[in-house]
Amino acid sequence: MTDRRSARTDEKPSTAVVPIRVPCGRDDALEDPRLSDVDEWGRSERFRALARSLYEPVYSKWFRVRWEGLEKIPDEGGALLVANHAGAIPSDAPVIMHGIEKELGRPVYGLADYFFRTIPVVGTLWARGGGVSARPANAYRLLREQGQLVLDFPEGTKGPSKSFTDRYQLRRFGRGGFVEIAMRAGVPIIPIAVTGSEEAMPVLFRLPAVAKVLGLPYFPVTANLLALGPLGLLVPFPAKFTLRVLDPVSFDVPPDQERYSKSRVMDEAERIRALIQESVYDMLRARRSVWFG
Amino acid sequence: MIQALETDPNLEMILGMGAHAPSVPFERAEFVRADQNYSIVNRIVKATQVDTILHTFMVTNSAGISNRRVHEINVIGTMNLLAAAGASGSSVRHIVVKSSTLVYGSSARDPNTFGEDTPRSAPATHSIERALLEAESLVRDFAEDNPGTLVTVLRFANVLGPHLTTAISASLSRPLCPSVFGFDPLLQFVEEDDVVRALLHVTRGGIPGLYNVAGEGRLPWSEVAGICGTRLVPLSPYSPLKIHPLVRLFDLPPELEDLLRYGRGVDTRRLAATGFMYRATSAGAVESFIRAKRLRRAAGRTPASYTYEYDVEQFFAHSPSVTGPAGT
Repeated sequence: MTDRRSARTDEKPSTAVVPIRVPCGRDDALEDPRLSDVDEWGRSERFRALARSLYEPVYSKWFRVRWEGLEKIPDEGGALLVANHAGAIPSDAPVIMHGIEKELGRPVYGLADYFFRTIPVVGTLWARGGGVSARPANAYRLLREQGQLVLDFPEGTKGPSKSFTDRYQLRRFGRGGFVEIAMRAGVPIIPIAVTGSEEAMPVLFRLPAVAKVLGLPYFPVTANLLALGPLGLLVPFPAKFTLRVLDPVSFDVPPDQERYSKSRVMDEAERIRALIQESVYDMLRARRSVWFG
Repeated sequence: MIQALETDPNLEMILGMGAHAPSVPFERAEFVRADQNYSIVNRIVKATQVDTILHTFMVTNSAGISNRRVHEINVIGTMNLLAAAGASGSSVRHIVVKSSTLVYGSSARDPNTFGEDTPRSAPATHSIERALLEAESLVRDFAEDNPGTLVTVLRFANVLGPHLTTAISASLSRPLCPSVFGFDPLLQFVEEDDVVRALLHVTRGGIPGLYNVAGEGRLPWSEVAGICGTRLVPLSPYSPLKIHPLVRLFDLPPELEDLLRYGRGVDTRRLAATGFMYRATSAGAVESFIRAKRLRRAAGRTPASYTYEYDVEQFFAHSPSVTGPAGT
């Protein structure tokens, strides 16, 4: 039996950044009342454009970001970008997102701890700027179903919270979840090595007791804090940022499997960590000055 | 719902049951008044040999209703209904249960989109969520015990539309509307027509299973308020009181407080795969709601609505002297 009142519409899951309204087939079709362009992830391109125009001087004048191998990032289709993470309040995430959106003109969604969502104002701005909480289901939906670029830092908070004495020593790459997601979504992993992030906000030591009281994942005392006072929370040092995009890593496994060999996943995760670590050392060998590259 | 069913000539008999008198006229359906936990349903099912039960009376909004009654209606009511349907020699072949996406809860750890099989991220804290979860688990058990009966559970997102009043639509109707400071959650709505159409779709098609029902797309709460022309009043996200002022000031049910922080999105592709076409998106549901609202504001209250008069209805239904259509 068919519903006489229903009219045919071509409904299918939208892959657009901003969900396209499906015509609703009503006689007196309702006009689209949407006022904003916030998508289902909470990202708003208008907000991003504003954020980019504000961040552009920081990106090109303060950090003087230089990319190598940007052409290895595809113009379309899903890919998981994986980078090393450093500097108490890491500048690498906004730099990578800004750079790719500026150069390639396609959005980047950044995965981060759900902790951000719980902070008033910050959580909302974070989501409008393309932040997504790091759940496997979220990454899968973005990569497989919507073919987006997703940025992940597999080190998690272990990266930015490490002391300056451990600089550029990549931490464990989680439990390899990022590899499993890329396999399941059938997308390549594109490793990115970043230098400059450690010197932008060096962590001298941590205060675990303070972090506990404030409910934060870690509380770093940075050189910026000592040099600039409270302003040091916001202002990173003008270290020269260099980012090198490495060759995409593809896995010849079928997507959408329930499970993948854990040993294969861990091996791949370690291999990617080693690739980034090697490139970071390579870039540091070539770097003459922290501030001028 | 019944009005929509009445248009189907293949249905032999339609019987409505409820604790309140119907607010719309029926052309050929009959109506039985029942108590709140439907203890009478067993006798009715036996007497009438119905083959399909539409279970739409579950409470999904705990404003102005005690936890005890929520439990009584959702859990005990469902239990009675399932007991009646599962009795030996029962004629019931299909049960359709109207549930809510409240069963997913709303927390910071949530995935962006809930599929039908995605588990909750945090344990249920609100009585209404617990009652719905319990009722759904009763339904699941029933489906396992009675493989011969089709069981459909539809989880509806927040409903908006021209006629229905919910806690959300009531807030949006006022000039001031609550929000939690610093939070702007993404919400998904389903238009009230689509609710009825989804129920019809699964009933007529005899489609069993568990489905989310929600319009496509999501809107931030600030945008919903913007479309509806109400001003948001940000309330402190931290409250020393056990009951957040949100609940007291705006008589919003407590389960909406979490929703106004983290929102909720559901995957609706499973129902779409059965051939269901939504008429409205989430934004469309908001638009449809606010258009009706504007009309009511401009033209005053809608004309006096139908009231159920038992004698009159009985006369139209059973008197041999009624030969033409009953009209209203």
